[in-house]
Amino acid sequence: MPLYLTDEQQMLRDTARDFVAEHAPISHMRSLRDANDATGFSRELWKQFAELGLTGILIPEADNGLGLGHVEAGVVLEEIGRNLSPSPFLTTAVAAVEALKGSPHAVRWFPGILAGETVVAVAIDERGKHDGKIAMKAERAGNGFRLTGAKQFVAHGHVADLLLVAAATDHGTTLFAVPTDAKGLTADPQRLADSSLAARLSFDGVEVDADAVVGEVDQGDGHLARLLSAGRTGASAELLGVGGGAMDMTIAYLKERKQFGQVIGSFQALQHRAAHLYSEMEVARAAVLKAQQLLDAGDERAANAVSVAKAMTGLATSLAVQEGIQMHGGIGMTDEYDIGFYMKRARVLAELFGDTNFHADALAQAAGY
Amino acid sequence: MDIDLETFRAETRAWLEENCPPAMRTPMRSEKDATWGGRNPVFAHPDQKLWMDRMGARGWTVPDWPSEYGGGGLSPAETKILREEMARLKCRNPLNSFGISMLGPALLKYGTEAQKLEHLPRIARGEMRWCQGYSEPNAGSDLAGLQASAEDAGDHYIVNGQKVWTSYADQADWIFCLVRTDKTSKQGGISFVLFDMASEGVSTKPILLISGNSPFCETFFDNVKVPKANRVHDENKGWDVAKYLLGHEREMISGMGLASRGEDPLIESARRGVDPILRAQIALFEVRSKAFSAMSERFIDELKAGRAHPAQPSMMKYYGTELNKARHELLMAAGGSDTLEWESEASNHGAAPRAWLRTKANSIEGGTSEIQLNIIAKRILDLPS
Ligand SMILES: Cc1cc2nc3c(=O)[nH]c(=O)nc-3n(C[C@H](O)[C@H](O)[C@H](O)COP(=O)(O)OP(=O)(O)OC[C@H]3O[C@@H](n4cnc5c(N)ncnc54)[C@H](O)[C@@H]3O)c2cc1C
Repeated sequence: MPLYLTDEQQMLRDTARDFVAEHAPISHMRSLRDANDATGFSRELWKQFAELGLTGILIPEADNGLGLGHVEAGVVLEEIGRNLSPSPFLTTAVAAVEALKGSPHAVRWFPGILAGETVVAVAIDERGKHDGKIAMKAERAGNGFRLTGAKQFVAHGHVADLLLVAAATDHGTTLFAVPTDAKGLTADPQRLADSSLAARLSFDGVEVDADAVVGEVDQGDGHLARLLSAGRTGASAELLGVGGGAMDMTIAYLKERKQFGQVIGSFQALQHRAAHLYSEMEVARAAVLKAQQLLDAGDERAANAVSVAKAMTGLATSLAVQEGIQMHGGIGMTDEYDIGFYMKRARVLAELFGDTNFHADALAQAAGY
Repeated sequence: MDIDLETFRAETRAWLEENCPPAMRTPMRSEKDATWGGRNPVFAHPDQKLWMDRMGARGWTVPDWPSEYGGGGLSPAETKILREEMARLKCRNPLNSFGISMLGPALLKYGTEAQKLEHLPRIARGEMRWCQGYSEPNAGSDLAGLQASAEDAGDHYIVNGQKVWTSYADQADWIFCLVRTDKTSKQGGISFVLFDMASEGVSTKPILLISGNSPFCETFFDNVKVPKANRVHDENKGWDVAKYLLGHEREMISGMGLASRGEDPLIESARRGVDPILRAQIALFEVRSKAFSAMSERFIDELKAGRAHPAQPSMMKYYGTELNKARHELLMAAGGSDTLEWESEASNHGAAPRAWLRTKANSIEGGTSEIQLNIIAKRILDLPS
């Protein structure tokens, strides 16, 4: 398969680009923030995503979805990133759908996702860095389990209808689908630097039925791995959009801002930095598409490629937003101007599902050093 | 699966198994192991000749060139399979040649039928070794400022002037050369000519490099007679050919040292245990390097589909060469004092430090990194002058 978007994928990109730019441009995010909106995203917009079929992008056709792959999901996520649109798309339509696919939970939850009514949050991290360590315990109790522990950095965790929770069971890891009205579960939503909301969750002996288990008890690693590769690849695509958006804005500014009687984009010092940034972003773009294609093909090299994509988009986008502010000069530091939003969003996405160092380390371990 | 391609793969694999000598399936130890061919070829190992001749006879030194010009006549898909199978067997490159990577593509596009028939098959079989006469003492980055002149003398030109940094000029049989045929126009006064380095009036003088090798020369032309039939494309239109060829040179340089290198000595040394900071640097380098491999794959796919931006080779060259330099810095750091011995048996005659020093030229030859960044800024990002 050639490493560029097919005509169909480009058409989907154009649709997504027009839709997101029209209905959820940066001003949409800004007004949610200014209103101190307690949900953190627009439910109405989520419904519109569903009307276009986008919430079912990864849901199999047999379950009434579009039955498309990670490349297509990424195409949508990139536009979400470019417009800094707050959306549960990544966690719900990508990470959660991928984890629930083929399990009995699909029947229960996919219709709501397809209708744009259901939001699913994923509860994985237990400390400030994503590290795969799971201290949360799930003990057998009655004909089900009792969950005790805490999670953090759970995007939309305070408004989700369902939580996917990784917990330690007697002989391994198990993934649970936990309804958010379960007793003993409290969500403490925190506003993050990018003005999105993520919850700290505390599980105080939360009881769930045996059928809350996704897949098999103690065998959650497979489902978790699918959730994580989908989430990581998706986050890479969204980061690509954030970095690309910041870069485009900066290049446009270089062409219009005048100092010393000429546009600053004619200064070679800035041209070289812009050209370097372009190169980093293009390399990151190729890495993301490679990971998406390998995941879609079920190729065994996908895991490494996903780490490369997440680490590389972290590097490139962080450069894009830093150069973005610097090359805008003073105006780049103002809240009124949008470039700062890119920096804040990039920082959040870079942490989500493992940062650059985490994934570089994973590559090193896979190579045996 | 395409049945024909699967058959092609099986046959190719069998042929390579049978025809690639075992010595040509070992890693090259130094620049001396490269096969250059030419009128007076030098081989460090007899199997080099065998391997070059066998591949050349099939046209597989240039698998995607048309067979009437000595190529293999393979489709892009077949060419890819051949490269994959060669990589699988760890076959060495059968022939290194500026004829293959630079002049050939330019002749295929701009050459006359007679020029193609005369030169391409010889390039394919490694019978002629070429050098590139572009740079002059006062025309490096500003290449179009070149002064070496070609005066019209009826059916031939009289060429005078000096070139510099001409790689392997002292060992090459022919030169592809930029000369000035009109002094009144900078880029519009350049012509592209080919001539025999044995012509009367051509002389060369090697220049020693920091790596201790002297692969390149100053080249002098003193009333050299060049038949007009050896001019490629129209008079004063040589800049078009020059730029097209540079695109190919940049592609070649960007892939050097990074493409399908098999077992990676950098990772090998990391496995032997290095300090944690170096380990982290290597891991972060691998992120960029693997991402760049994806970029190379994408670039080739886009080129084949005619979707690549014409200035994209500049990005590939810039990124690829800067990465390759970073890689050799890490190799030197990982190797420590073992990689500093300049002459010993143990150090394979200083292969590592010589290679490290050689990579410093990657971001200079074929147009410096700064020039590539200028091109990206102007032609891709559309920033003003
Ligand atoms: C190993 C090697 C092999 C080579 N082989 C060949 C060969 O076979 N044939 C051949 O013809 N040539 C060859 N070259 C020459 C090569 O193409 C030139 O060295 C190169 O184009 C740079 O020119 P220069 O050395 O004159 O540097 P200069 O042009 O003098 O550049 C000096 C510095 O100034 C910078 N600079 C110059 N102009 C600008 C600008 N506009 N903006 C920003 N920075 C600028 C450069 O980037 C560089 O850092 C080879 C060079 C090397 C190192």
